[in-house]
Amino acid sequence: MSAAEAQEDPYVLGRGRGGADAAGEGRGGDDARPSGRGEGGPAPKRTVVGYGFWIYLLSDIILFAGFFAAYAVLSGDLAGGPGPQELFEQRRLALETAALLISSFTCGLAGIAAGRGAMLRTQGWLLVTGLLGAVFLGLEVQEFATLVAEGAGPQRSAFLSAFFALVGLHGLHIAAGLLWAGTMMAQLAVKGFRPAIERRLMCFALFWHALDIVWVGIFTVVYLLGLAG
Amino acid sequence: MSVLGKLDWSAIPIDQPIPLAAGGGAIALMLAALGWVTVKGHWPYLWREWITSVDHKRIGVMYVVLALAMLVRGFIDAIMMRTHQALTVGGGSGYLPPEHFNQIFSAHGTIMIFFGAMPFMVGLMNFVVPLQLGVRDVAFPRLNSTAFWLTASGALLVNLSLVLGEFARTGWLPYAPLSERSYSPGVGVDYYLWAVQIGGVGTLMAGINIVTTIVKTRAPGMGYLRMPMFCWTALCASMLIVAAFPILTATLTMLTLDRYLGFHFFTNAAGGSPMMFVNLIWAWGHPEVYILILPAFGVFSEVIATFSGKPLFGYRSMVAATLFITVVSFMVWLHHFFTMGAGANVNAAFGIATSIIAVGTGVKIYNWLFTMYGGRLRFPTPMLWSLGFLFTFIIGGMTGVLLAVPAADFILHNSLFLVAHFHNVIVSGTVFGAIAGYTFWFPKAFGFTLDERWGKRAFWLSLAGFVIVFGALYIAGLEGMTRRLQHVAVAQWGPLLYVSVAGVAVMIAGVAAQITQLVVSIRRRDALRDDTGDPWEGRSLEWATPSPPPAFNFATLPEVGGEEPYWRIKERAIASQQERSASDYEPITMPRRSATGFVTAFFATVIGFAMVWQIWWLAALGLVCAYGAFVAFAWRDENEDTFSAEEVARIERARRGAAA
Repeated sequence: MSAAEAQEDPYVLGRGRGGADAAGEGRGGDDARPSGRGEGGPAPKRTVVGYGFWIYLLSDIILFAGFFAAYAVLSGDLAGGPGPQELFEQRRLALETAALLISSFTCGLAGIAAGRGAMLRTQGWLLVTGLLGAVFLGLEVQEFATLVAEGAGPQRSAFLSAFFALVGLHGLHIAAGLLWAGTMMAQLAVKGFRPAIERRLMCFALFWHALDIVWVGIFTVVYLLGLAG
Repeated sequence: MSVLGKLDWSAIPIDQPIPLAAGGGAIALMLAALGWVTVKGHWPYLWREWITSVDHKRIGVMYVVLALAMLVRGFIDAIMMRTHQALTVGGGSGYLPPEHFNQIFSAHGTIMIFFGAMPFMVGLMNFVVPLQLGVRDVAFPRLNSTAFWLTASGALLVNLSLVLGEFARTGWLPYAPLSERSYSPGVGVDYYLWAVQIGGVGTLMAGINIVTTIVKTRAPGMGYLRMPMFCWTALCASMLIVAAFPILTATLTMLTLDRYLGFHFFTNAAGGSPMMFVNLIWAWGHPEVYILILPAFGVFSEVIATFSGKPLFGYRSMVAATLFITVVSFMVWLHHFFTMGAGANVNAAFGIATSIIAVGTGVKIYNWLFTMYGGRLRFPTPMLWSLGFLFTFIIGGMTGVLLAVPAADFILHNSLFLVAHFHNVIVSGTVFGAIAGYTFWFPKAFGFTLDERWGKRAFWLSLAGFVIVFGALYIAGLEGMTRRLQHVAVAQWGPLLYVSVAGVAVMIAGVAAQITQLVVSIRRRDALRDDTGDPWEGRSLEWATPSPPPAFNFATLPEVGGEEPYWRIKERAIASQQERSASDYEPITMPRRSATGFVTAFFATVIGFAMVWQIWWLAALGLVCAYGAFVAFAWRDENEDTFSAEEVARIERARRGAAA
């Protein structure tokens, strides 16, 4: 590679953009100008927190992926017990899904209200989000109780073990989200909008939407495919 | 069931002298340490400056201290296994009954991987990465502290099993269905599950933190392709943590559900699939070995470039090789169980993938060799460890390629050849890298170098012992000796086992020399003092700040104009015959110390312990208290401290003044 090319290519082997520097040509003050290659210095706090939470969500989705994989492997292992078509109820499923999807929408509305600094509306939408989440959770608990009462508990077969674990893990996340939302509402009421609290609200919204996405996966893989046989 | 669940007096192994004595000794040692701290009145200092510290440098040091202690603990297990086996040759009965021997090899692997090697690597990343990136802290300092204390909590639970109950007898990966309640009714597997889960959550937090730190908080001008190699390997290892550890969490959760609630994930009955456990655990387990080795590769890259007096050869190909390994590490897991019977085509595909991943490592080996070629070589202790790595790791890598051939693997599977192979890569890769990093960055952390004489003794003894031990085991494996034998019935393996015991004796001398080095260095710290902050003629930014660095690392954030920024600064200073001009200091805001991590880990330990012994009320109480603590910490208004510009200037002058 010629010297001229080396000048043009900032990342030539073993030499960065300041390659000429080592040759004693010296550098002007333009070293630090943003190049679009991640040289702009530390990101603002909000970006850092949001990015970190995204990374956490990705890891959480991999956790779910493990349970999805187990469900896919074990979904045919009924051990002589009941299968999806005898167990899943479409009406409850529709209600659950509607409650959760609408709660994602209201969670978005809460985010918009928080962005405008409207306390009452933020609290109101958060409350609606939480209530819809509670409806979802209540329906899921009812479903689990019905199954167990029918003798189709997680101990019955590998299919039911995988089903209860996957759907239950999602339910556990929803429960944690409810606790989180409640705590946030109390904190918001006492302390008002502060940067740290706004960042937490942003993370909560990300969390809640991610759970929605996971539910879409469960809805499809577990319930739709199960009912389709 | 009583109020203490399954816990009663029979949990204390009165009838087993070895664990009792070991546990008693450990407790006596801890009590002595705690008593000494109390008598000397060091508690306020320890609490303020270390336990509640959110400074990434302090947390990094605590990780390394934990790792060193656990490496010694795991090494003692290894000594017991080697000597016991040698004593059973020719009809002897040794000194470890089978159920105890099984616990020891399980504890050895668990402790070495999860609480020795991993914390060492995470500790080095924690300490070095922000300094190399030229920033003041990690992205999430309190999360960092929590991650460390959760790891410590896991280590505590494992060691608690020594005196209360038992540890798993299932190997370091509790293969189902052996690990199910029906075959392992005791608390051993439960200790394993809760300890590794709690430690694993800590590791995941550390991974998220380091990824975010590297991607979002680099100094101005520090583009991706200007990052030091160690930052690259830290980034890749942390991405692997984020992508792989949730699989471990999921797998162990499934096993926990099987054991506690009668689920059927991995049971023989009701449609469970034991082979799914093996697949899932290795889907985490293979990336895990690269989580261990990649940061070590980073250490070697820094050390070899520094002591060759040259930039790293083929920097960009090194980055590419690291990323290649990161991706391909997820595509080879099946080579851990070629004998499962997945069929010739599946085995061939994974065998080829396994051979291909060695290409990435080969690229690195050549890059290190060419970095040294034509360099002005120096051979202090970190460089010796790196060279020892180069020589021995190549052997380990090549036996790995042998094992990647499914037909050969059918014969060598579960043999001592395999055991020798993975010790060959993990010890000469990760452990040598850890010790190289420890001696390399020790002066940065404490302001004085480690004693070279004892360091070199430790290196040569450890290297010799290591080659003798595992050389003998390679041959024993080729002669057909399988792993985990409590009793050795074949007399002709005897000589090889005696040789490996001799090697262990040399390694003990090596470890002793390593400990002596630390003691001697602390005593001679005034003679070994390094006032320059740059004892090795370093090339990256961690050497640009005084040793030990101030809480805020850099009084003014460095502006990075290319690769090897500190080398540039020095060259410019020499060219212009001027040190850099006095800077205008600005106030610096740093996170305030916080007990969040310690308190969280305390409750995690309580929950883990209660779940092991099935003390349900205590587990519930721990959960409620953990939530309470979480809210209390989230409620605080002030969690940052600000150094005024004058303070910054004063601290900086005092430290720079020491150098002048």
